[in-house]
Amino acid sequence: MSLHVVRAGHLTTVQDRGRSGLAHLGVARAGALDRPAADLANRLVGNEEDAAVLELTLGGLKVRADPGCWVAVTGAPAPVTVDGAARGHARAEFVPAGAMLRVGTPVRGVRSYLAVAGGIDVQPVLGSRSTDTLAWVGPPRVVDGTELTLGESVGQPVAHDTPRPPDAGPLRIDVGPREDWFAAGALDVLCGTPYTVAAESNRIGLRLDGPPLPRARAGELPSEGMVLGAVQVPPDGRPVVFLADHPPTGGYPVIGVVRPGDLWQCAQLRPGDEVRFTIRRTRH
Amino acid sequence: MDRTSSQPVDPRGSWCSYHREPLTYFPALIELVEITRHTGPVTAPVSGRSVGAHALLVEVDDAVAALALATWARAVDIEAVEVVPGAASVLFDGVRDPAALLRVLGDWTPGSALPPGELVEVQVVYDGADLDFVAESWALTTDEVVARHAALEFVAAFCGFAPGFSYLSGLPDDLAVPRLDTPRSKLPAGSVALAGSWCGIYPTASPGGWRIIGRTDVVLWDQDRAQPALLPPGTRVRFRDASSLGSATQGLAT
Repeated sequence: MSLHVVRAGHLTTVQDRGRSGLAHLGVARAGALDRPAADLANRLVGNEEDAAVLELTLGGLKVRADPGCWVAVTGAPAPVTVDGAARGHARAEFVPAGAMLRVGTPVRGVRSYLAVAGGIDVQPVLGSRSTDTLAWVGPPRVVDGTELTLGESVGQPVAHDTPRPPDAGPLRIDVGPREDWFAAGALDVLCGTPYTVAAESNRIGLRLDGPPLPRARAGELPSEGMVLGAVQVPPDGRPVVFLADHPPTGGYPVIGVVRPGDLWQCAQLRPGDEVRFTIRRTRH
Repeated sequence: MDRTSSQPVDPRGSWCSYHREPLTYFPALIELVEITRHTGPVTAPVSGRSVGAHALLVEVDDAVAALALATWARAVDIEAVEVVPGAASVLFDGVRDPAALLRVLGDWTPGSALPPGELVEVQVVYDGADLDFVAESWALTTDEVVARHAALEFVAAFCGFAPGFSYLSGLPDDLAVPRLDTPRSKLPAGSVALAGSWCGIYPTASPGGWRIIGRTDVVLWDQDRAQPALLPPGTRVRFRDASSLGSATQGLAT
């Protein structure tokens, strides 16, 4: 059972839940950037939630399956067709053997997920089938002509599932650990003005344009471990939200950390979109 | 990575007593924790900063102390998905209860001896583009630089920059060298380099701003190996001058 990639699109990678326990060796976690969307796609086709899916950046994918298989496309809503006939978004759909499945350009958002019943069965690397685009640890990038082996189907496709958790909103942050490196009022700046998503944003980080965050201390921080969602501030004062492929250590101060449940939004923000931050008031 | 240490587990460090208590720390700083034991109150020697809801950053004096704390924490089997030593801190990520972890870490004694790690010998052809610069800044001949560098014992303190890139501690502070003002756009894999009082070996071809003193053909990173990093934190490293070893240079690319 396999998937033949006719057109890979702008950037298509295999992702699961990422690799853990290796940050001390300099290995990024990787994994699906919009985790709720990837989980939903897997549930729709009856996969375990850690099955590997394809993460598409602005669509543009064409694949043929052999034999026929159940698929689901979630995340950024892109038009889905099978041999030219429209199919649903965030629904289990059957692709007959030899038919061409096409995922077009999403009308909004950035990253769509294609789950196939049985999962993408590439060889795991260091315990994960995720591709890290920082150091390219993991399976190779999907390109035109790639043949992807599929795993054994373990469950039945489901007709209905929760399409999407909560609405988008401001990114909630916990303050710290290095807020003392910033001038008084820096948090007010961060939370008081919208920032604009910069074109250089990628799986490593969401780069933002907007008012620079003034520093209270100059110089470089001794390199320290970084977490997913860290809002790191380089010398130009413009914040970067660390996403799944972030370097495990860094030398710029982190003013706050985005709540894990809000990170899916970072996967779907487009260059030019506005984003707001708010200080998280409650702990769970 | 060894998570199944056979070392005895500190009973206070076990997570069976895990409970969710109201957290009393300020938004970013977990206060110095007072630990009361049968020996009486002891002030914990470590303090931590919370990093989001599920991580803790513990600051220590230097990279060797960070390595010592990280090694100790793994040996007593603390519960964290990631234990990441840095240049003067250890990050514990994937922690259910950071305040409870901080109490466990209170048992660590700063300055306690680090168990010696595995020793790896790295053969180097000392012909790097910055060897003359280093000789000048150390006020030595290039031969003396080679002898001095090869006489030191380094320890891999932490990794960063790229998978398998280890920051090697052991260069005396008076031999620190500045980075290049403008990094080179491409360095070959195996470049042996200095920056500040760190030594490092580039695992893959990459841009780099460190001062290159030589090259080696050891494979620092192989994701198909059981232990993909040749020099994980804690590994001791000695450099050998390959040109003095005759046939040892045969495998080295030019």
